[in-house]
Amino acid sequence: MELRYTAEEIAFRDELRAFFRTQIPAAIRRKVSEGRALAREDYVTSQRILNAAGLAAPNWPLAWGGKDWSAVQRYIHVEELQAAAVPQPLGFNVSMVGPVIATFGSEAQKARFLPGTANLDIWWAQGFSEPGAGSDLASLKTTARREVDAFIVNGQKAWTTLGQYADWIFCLVRTDPTAKKQAGISFILIDMNTPGITLRPIITIDGGHEVNEVFFDDVRVPAENLVGELNKGWDYAKFLLSNERIGIARIGMTKERLARVKRLAQETPAGEGMVWDDPDFRRRLAWSEIELKALEITQMRVVAAQRGRASDKPDPSSSILKIKGSEIQQQATQLLMDVAGPYALPRPDREEEGLNLPSIGPEWADAAAPLFFNFRKVSIYGGSNEIQRNIIAKAFLGL
Amino acid sequence: MDFDFTDEQRLLADSVGRLIGNAYGDFEKRQSYRATPRGWSDANWAAFAEMGLLALPFSEAEGGFGGGPVETMIVMEAFGRGLVVEPWLATVVLGAGLVRRAGEAAQRTAILPAVADGSLTLAFAHQERQARHDLHDIATTAQRDGSGWVLYGAKGVVLGGDSAGQIIVSARTAGGRRDRHGISLFLLDPATPGVARRGYATQDGLRAAEIVLEGVALPAKALLGTAGEALPHIELVIDEAIAALCAEALGAMETLRDLTVDYLKQRQQFGQPIGSFQALQHRAADMLVATEQARSMTMYAAMMVQAPDPAARRVALSAAKALVGRLADQLGKDAVQLHGGIAMTEEYKAGHYFKRLAMLAGLFGDVDHHLRQVVAAGGLPEAS
Repeated sequence: MELRYTAEEIAFRDELRAFFRTQIPAAIRRKVSEGRALAREDYVTSQRILNAAGLAAPNWPLAWGGKDWSAVQRYIHVEELQAAAVPQPLGFNVSMVGPVIATFGSEAQKARFLPGTANLDIWWAQGFSEPGAGSDLASLKTTARREVDAFIVNGQKAWTTLGQYADWIFCLVRTDPTAKKQAGISFILIDMNTPGITLRPIITIDGGHEVNEVFFDDVRVPAENLVGELNKGWDYAKFLLSNERIGIARIGMTKERLARVKRLAQETPAGEGMVWDDPDFRRRLAWSEIELKALEITQMRVVAAQRGRASDKPDPSSSILKIKGSEIQQQATQLLMDVAGPYALPRPDREEEGLNLPSIGPEWADAAAPLFFNFRKVSIYGGSNEIQRNIIAKAFLGL
Repeated sequence: MDFDFTDEQRLLADSVGRLIGNAYGDFEKRQSYRATPRGWSDANWAAFAEMGLLALPFSEAEGGFGGGPVETMIVMEAFGRGLVVEPWLATVVLGAGLVRRAGEAAQRTAILPAVADGSLTLAFAHQERQARHDLHDIATTAQRDGSGWVLYGAKGVVLGGDSAGQIIVSARTAGGRRDRHGISLFLLDPATPGVARRGYATQDGLRAAEIVLEGVALPAKALLGTAGEALPHIELVIDEAIAALCAEALGAMETLRDLTVDYLKQRQQFGQPIGSFQALQHRAADMLVATEQARSMTMYAAMMVQAPDPAARRVALSAAKALVGRLADQLGKDAVQLHGGIAMTEEYKAGHYFKRLAMLAGLFGDVDHHLRQVVAAGGLPEAS
């Protein structure tokens, strides 16, 4: 049993660390660190730099630009990326639709979509959730009616993250209305410029425009945009959702955030001393750090158990990482808001950038409360923490 | 980065698991060991000796197997699963740990072989009532008397102290009550005149003692190592004991979790197993999350107890004890609640696991104490 990396792994880590901190523009990394919304160009700039170095989609097959990395190396990559506050390569592209196309798509689809997906020339949105299909995703109602050479799509998708930037959307649609739930669902790719698609912003409680509703009104989708087999979409969706194990807990990001909380607490006055001198605050911070340490080792154990295995078959430990990871992420945003104190109150007048011009309190404080509000999402999305407990109870405990 | 056991470690886990399965698989046996005058089983102790467990962490030169914190973790996790009552922690981790670290060659030769062959049990009399969890708070004194020493003071809740053949006592040879410097260790035969020992059962099925030292005259050779320099040794050995306790808690937590989940599947109410109710399923799921976090922190403790920097080691072990203590306490309470009335009975074993976990959470520093240590250090040490 050994907690430390090998010399080779340390060299690998140091190389990535240096790359992330010197090659990705500091202004972008600062926004990530402060939890401010990124502009479309920020994502694109960052991902193209990563892709040029072969670092955007290491989990893809080698033939499509993936890396022959060990589980430990992939873990180090994600941790270092997050710790350096580099924007994550767009998850819809590199963790979701990319692997699905690479695994189940036709050769024509791979050639057409994968290079642009890795390079963020194509921005993908995810069309899974609907107003009536959240935790019970399989109850989705958007239909795709087969005509000779096309599908006609009708319905509504909800919570479409960053859909306002999207060029394409991958959707779960019902192709067999007579089949029971999961059985009649297909996975199709839709160009967002197709006539009949309307996108409407959903403004969230933090004031941000992160999610959208997407309406489909007789949208004509070429038959060749079906991925894999008809009515097998649920299998591909499960594959996609189980793919995001490393990084789901966002430990590197929370570490970076807690370090920032610590630094800001040491510089923020509170009575005779600084916020840092308040033992109750320090106690809460210590709990977050301790729980994060335990979770980090839990994650390392999952990674180590994958070592030498050819495939990443889904593992219910991702539910544990999701539950604890989201809880600690939320604690970190709360601690940050608490450091801001009364200056968590001023609402940014430039909501997109998350700041006031000129600043009212400390500049960083403007983004603290919106971030706290926004992070309530992490225990809701990706299978709410209650759904994760259902999975543990059934898959692990046999209840 | 590696969380696998070596082949030898796997073999050890299998052997200890089998031994404890045989000795403790039937819960009635534990109750029968507790009912003996010393409160534990000679036969089990002899089996430990035969398997080499009583010399497990000793170096090969000391007649042992050179086991480290991982080997201790393996043994204690198995002990936690069985709720073992034999004084292995008191004898091997605490008592022998101090003799090995602080003792001269002659003292090690006199003590360690007798521990290894099972003929000698040890205890560490350190705790004092006013000190609570502060390891440096020692009021017991040892004054020079010719070439020897005379000890005055009182030690409380000495684990395994009622039956130990030799007791290691901490006492102040210099400095004031709360000075870090000036603490020494002595080897004490409990039959020495002036020693009053009152043994008793503890809430979790083990045994302990209150020990009063009223002018106890000891020869020069009773001093373990160098006078006044014992605290670093004590801190190291208590950290090793904390790592061991984390593993014991882990074994007990996993067993209690499984017991609870099995019960949820069996117990019928409203015409169905109570495990079909989501309110209970989610609490059971949280028990699994807790045991996984506890396993990770127990591994962290085992790895960090070997850290060369004592300050980093102590903060890490405090972090581990704080979290494992909190998780153990919560899991024990949840297990009783999920069982319902049956867990309130003396006859059923869930309540005994609950009690052990509740006591473990406070042993060698409770959750608040260890959290304070982490807070005082400004957080966890950076990983290398």
